[in-house]
Amino acid sequence: MAVMNVNPTRMQLSKLKKQLTTAVRGHKMLKDKRDELMRQFLDLVRETKELREKVESEIENCNAHFVNASAVMSKQSLDASLISPKQQVNIETNTRNVMSVDIPEFVSKPRTSDSSDVFPYGFAFTSFELDDAIVSLNNVLPDLIRLAQYEKSCELMSAEIEKTRRRVNSLEHVMIPRYQDTIKYIAMKLEENDRSSRTRLMKVKDMLLDKAHNYSGKQ
Amino acid sequence: MDKNVSIIGDSESIKGFSAIGIDIYPCEAEDDAAHLLRNIADSEKYAIIFITEEVYNSVEKERSRYADRITPAIIPVPGVKGNSQTGKKRLSLFVEKAVGSDIIFND
Repeated sequence: MAVMNVNPTRMQLSKLKKQLTTAVRGHKMLKDKRDELMRQFLDLVRETKELREKVESEIENCNAHFVNASAVMSKQSLDASLISPKQQVNIETNTRNVMSVDIPEFVSKPRTSDSSDVFPYGFAFTSFELDDAIVSLNNVLPDLIRLAQYEKSCELMSAEIEKTRRRVNSLEHVMIPRYQDTIKYIAMKLEENDRSSRTRLMKVKDMLLDKAHNYSGKQ
Repeated sequence: MDKNVSIIGDSESIKGFSAIGIDIYPCEAEDDAAHLLRNIADSEKYAIIFITEEVYNSVEKERSRYADRITPAIIPVPGVKGNSQTGKKRLSLFVEKAVGSDIIFND
């Protein structure tokens, strides 16, 4: 039994009772928060897992295309064709609040109006393998950005779930039992005080009656 | 405010990304990676920093500084050397942290 170090007074008792109701209510709310966060988190993780598998295989595909391109072109001309990009990925970051966790939403905006306008070189001196590589990479880009958004959300949510879980556990297994024990302890102490003062009064009454009517002398 | 996207890794893996508008930061030595990541992340220019798996595994301390911020999102991607499952391990770590044990990837 874990009892807090408090004075066993009525004032403390009513204070602790108030704290206990707050703790119980907080515990219930945090538990609901944890459950809902967990549900959303697991859905998100499943989705992220599928997306990651897809993106990884696509990137592997792109790398294969690039290997092909570098096989038919010299390293210098390959590097030279890629050196001055036409596009610039601009990301607008919005945040969404899910159960008090801020998670990001990345919205990408291409610099030029035509998002498929990516080739930073003329077609005369480059191989079509390089075109393939760049087109395939460009097609992965939206998925990559979505993956980044999902994974960051997972990261933030998992941290919040861990925090909430700790709070729930500490309330459930430490704070609330401690309040309950202390309340019980104070209640018992007060009752005990009550009984002892009652017996003292009865004793005093007996003594006074004894003195007034001289009961012991008559016997 | 609009931010950009960057990628850190060995130059072979990342050079293609420059064509589609991602800023590339080649990094061959592991020691430079930590410094580079810190510079890029602190510049507040990037919303997403992709990072190849080999480099990702060598900058654990730096990554953790940005774990609780919304941007930059530091995301591992496989490089030309093949897939080492780092991304999946990372996800399974999140599940483990949240649930207590990995219930998604343990099959």
